Amino acid sequence: MVVGLINANPVVYEKKERRPRNVPTSIDEYAEEPIDQQEIFDHVRDIKDPEHPYSLEELKVVTEDSIEVNDKQSYVRVTFTPTIEHCSMATVIGLCLRVKLMRSLPSRYKVDIRVAPGTHATEAAVNKQLNDKERVAAALENPNLVEMVDSCLEPTFG
Amino acid sequence: MELLEGNLKLMEIQKLEGHTDRVWSLAWNPAVDGVPGMLASCSGDKTVRIWQKGPSGTWDCSAVLEDTHTRTVRSCAWSPSGKLLATASFDGTTAIWEYLGGYFGCVATLEGHDNEVKSVSWNASGSLLATCGRDKTVWIWEIQPGNEFECVSVLQGHTQDVKMVHWHPSTELLVSVSYDNTIRVWAEDGDDDDWHCVQTISEASSGHTSTVWALSFNSAGDRMVTCSDDLTLKIWDTSCHPSETSANCYRSWQHLCTLSGYHDRTIFSVHWSREGLIASGAADDAIRFFSESKDNSVDQPSYKMLLKKEKAHHMDVNSVQWNPKEPRLLASASDDGTIKIWELSE
Repeated sequence: MVVGLINANPVVYEKKERRPRNVPTSIDEYAEEPIDQQEIFDHVRDIKDPEHPYSLEELKVVTEDSIEVNDKQSYVRVTFTPTIEHCSMATVIGLCLRVKLMRSLPSRYKVDIRVAPGTHATEAAVNKQLNDKERVAAALENPNLVEMVDSCLEPTFG
Repeated sequence: MELLEGNLKLMEIQKLEGHTDRVWSLAWNPAVDGVPGMLASCSGDKTVRIWQKGPSGTWDCSAVLEDTHTRTVRSCAWSPSGKLLATASFDGTTAIWEYLGGYFGCVATLEGHDNEVKSVSWNASGSLLATCGRDKTVWIWEIQPGNEFECVSVLQGHTQDVKMVHWHPSTELLVSVSYDNTIRVWAEDGDDDDWHCVQTISEASSGHTSTVWALSFNSAGDRMVTCSDDLTLKIWDTSCHPSETSANCYRSWQHLCTLSGYHDRTIFSVHWSREGLIASGAADDAIRFFSESKDNSVDQPSYKMLLKKEKAHHMDVNSVQWNPKEPRLLASASDDGTIKIWELSE
């Protein structure tokens, strides 16, 4: 495994305040509430970085604004920013985001995960791998990788 | 042979349920020599299911092939005799199953790939098998008496995973498509009896700009279609006359046209029917149909979309396969774990 940390001293940011979600005053329990940016962010903000005891939110790997969602079209795109340009953990972070959303969102959703343009040395290769579902399926049959992903997702089961 | 025109309808005949994970791939057997018509499906649930039409006219699961593959079964293919089924798995092996009337027995396991095997295909005579995988190689296996399979060549050339291999319908020509965005054509060299890459179609030669997922030949074997993550289908043509028997003239394929602007997400599967209809299955949950446009005034052949079936499945469509006997019967497989049988009619 990794000998020495890839980014030994990451900048840690403050967590954003958790806003209660706006619940309409007249509640129609049969009305379907559309999924919004904040809901997606709440799913992924507490994912732990693969090599630090900090969350993706604290490292500003994901922010609320890095999430685009269109509930009508059942589409989400998460753009994440690796802490350093040569981060070899980028694919693991991307895999964590994908798995978390796969487990949290209705199956009708299409999810694209990508690294923010210009923030990674092998941006195109990372993006291609994260969005190839055959590669993702094969990765999720690898017990070591699944263990790593599960440990990063553990803090999200709040 | 009349091509379908005008108001086409796609009717859902039946939904087949049983797999407990995404269904990756489908194969209709050729139903020759008294072997009944069957559809094989393979899945992320590590099993293969065999579906047969019962006396009441509905398709039922007649066998589950399990406890052999230990990971996802990615691809399946029937031998031309319809008696052998090959299944390729992420566990690195390809299993050969024999139809023993009523049940299937695993008669061979082909080992050699470093890791995930992604596709398997029989040649037209049933004497050769090709497999490909994440280790960037294509293997050619020769079938010996007594269900022995000998690897006769390991083909290197692709720089990334090989997504699919498929034999030409009449000559000993193999085509592979890859995550490296290229299409490669392989043929046996008469001089040293070995297999070589005789053509590489990359972006520079009007090829695809992202992963190529699948390919299919037309029934004459003088055209092929490829589909890609770049959201296009591409049609390729040989200068070969269909009656030509020499394999040499099939070694060169030219770009004929690109069908773009139809698909919204990755196209995983494409299949050309005996009647000339191209079906595609994509990550936007839709199935689309294309055919050659006959009414154009220009010299260049062109293809047009005849029908788009939105929400054919609840999730990605991974495989579309035309029935070889009933040319308007189509099967589709999806991430939603189901298989659907469709009939295209006017």
